[in-house]
Amino acid sequence: MASRKESGVSSSNTLDSPVKQIQIEGLVVLKIIKHYQEEGQGSEVVQGVLLGLVVEDRLEITNCFPFPQHTEEDADFDEVQYQMEMMRSLRHVNIDHLHVGWYQSTFYGSFVSRALLDSQFSYQHAIEESVVLIYDPIKTAQGSLSLKAYRLTPKLMEICKEKDFSAEGLKKAAVGYENMFEEVPIVIKNSHLISVLLWELEEKSTVPSKHELLSLSSSSHLEKSLQMLMDRVDDMSQDIVKFNTFSRNTSKQQQQKHQYIQRRQQENTQRQSRGEPPLPEEDISKMFKPPQPPPRMDTLLIAGQINTYCQTVKEFTSQNLGKLFMAEALQGHNS
Amino acid sequence: AAAARVHEGATPSPGRSRPAVVKIHPVVVASIVDSYERRNEGASRVIGTLLGTIDKHSVEVTNCFSVPHNESEDEVAVDMEFAKNMYELHRKVSPSEVIIGWYATGYDITEHSVLIHEYYSREAQNPIHLTVDTALQSGKMSVRAYLSAPMGVPGKTVGVMFTPLSVKYVYYDTECIGIELLQKTRTSPSRTNGLTSDLTQVAGSAAQTQEMLSTVLAYIEDVLAGKVTADNSVGRYLMDLVDKVPMIPAEDFETMLNSNINDLLMVTYLTNLTQTQIALNEKLVIM
Repeated sequence: MASRKESGVSSSNTLDSPVKQIQIEGLVVLKIIKHYQEEGQGSEVVQGVLLGLVVEDRLEITNCFPFPQHTEEDADFDEVQYQMEMMRSLRHVNIDHLHVGWYQSTFYGSFVSRALLDSQFSYQHAIEESVVLIYDPIKTAQGSLSLKAYRLTPKLMEICKEKDFSAEGLKKAAVGYENMFEEVPIVIKNSHLISVLLWELEEKSTVPSKHELLSLSSSSHLEKSLQMLMDRVDDMSQDIVKFNTFSRNTSKQQQQKHQYIQRRQQENTQRQSRGEPPLPEEDISKMFKPPQPPPRMDTLLIAGQINTYCQTVKEFTSQNLGKLFMAEALQGHNS
Repeated sequence: AAAARVHEGATPSPGRSRPAVVKIHPVVVASIVDSYERRNEGASRVIGTLLGTIDKHSVEVTNCFSVPHNESEDEVAVDMEFAKNMYELHRKVSPSEVIIGWYATGYDITEHSVLIHEYYSREAQNPIHLTVDTALQSGKMSVRAYLSAPMGVPGKTVGVMFTPLSVKYVYYDTECIGIELLQKTRTSPSRTNGLTSDLTQVAGSAAQTQEMLSTVLAYIEDVLAGKVTADNSVGRYLMDLVDKVPMIPAEDFETMLNSNINDLLMVTYLTNLTQTQIALNEKLVIM
């Protein structure tokens, strides 16, 4: 097996970005969960804005508010205005009004897309420390909160700034699909009063804590993830075909150009030997227009997405293997 | 007008069904606590609007936002414009939520509460009033809900009475899981907790189950030794528990286990293969 680093997005401990850790308040977690639960049924993504502040090398997220979904009837809905009004109102009640990022829910882990890249780039450009929080509701329903924070690597930021998405640009910056996003570790922190509240809830709540995590029947989830992986791989192969045709075309063109130049030279030598003036040098590049190279950015995104899928699937299988061995141990005692 | 707290005996006004239970989502109380922590200097309590849904017998509170207000000995001012604006903004995100009442931090219901409640009666049909004791006056953070009912002698002194309602906490499944994670922060000294990943989570769950099993075992030992009297209902639960482990003949179980493990291994292998492929593809293309 390839001995690549296991983490698809580089979560090395020497992040050279200004944010080394994210600290989230429990309230934000609850609000994100609620937002998805109420408004995000189906495969629509729900989005919202994160508010907080920056303390040394930590990004503290203290509050958030949801964004309404794009509906057809609100064609002239002004997002900026909504945001401005919300922030103004929240300032009145002393909630931190520094925009530090945004959150988005994802469907089976598919979030690496052009839209996300653009949004995150504009955020990071405006505010250096912003992050995007990806919340996976389906994985959470399986038993453990799945919340990840990502930022664009500085290299990718540079490329986005130049808008140079060609192959040479990417090669220059040495951006592979593995260093597109960097994951920032998250820590949840609660204030004392909230801890009091948690004690209270534990006492009062009659809901037994469900142990979904230990359930063995999760093959449907695996199926879905693999399905999406296959779709992406199909996209990838299409892209590869495009690239192959492009490179074939370029090489054919090179050959044609070469032949043309040779023929020219031959003719010129012939003419010289006959004493006639040589044919004028024509502009070769105008005659043979090079074919348009396919955009590399999409390939990069698809590769990144495939990588994320693979990561989640592997996590999932390792969990399941553990559970299966536990079930075996349980049976072993009985039989 | 004194605000007495008596069990509901007043005749309900015709045509309006009065809810008996208030279901609260923990996110609401967390929000309230947070606004209390951020209150202005000098303010002793914060108030705000409650949003949610109403059905025949209960009211479900799903969201809230705080409203700036000023309170002094003899007067109270609430920024109603702000309240309206915020409600409009919230409606854009979740159009199904309506104003169902208001909240205040603190333990008692004061005279000012009556005035504020009146204002909210204009916004909602039967507004409920929620108090969250953030100052822990009663020793713990009690959350209580009230409905108002008129009382007094008609034609003469009329007042308002707040009748208590029962409060229940409801969770969505995912909320449950979120709360479980948050509970872990209680025990750590810095009140923080990282998000664990894959196998550690399974290990954690297994440890929890093991703990529960050992408690049950300790109880059984006590019963057998005669220290504790046996409880039949507990015995029935225990029997259910033991029955839950399915009795499968050994070979069948072996085959099931093996096929499952094979599936998972195959998937792992394929994903590793895919990852290698895209790595190769990248190298070839960028070349």
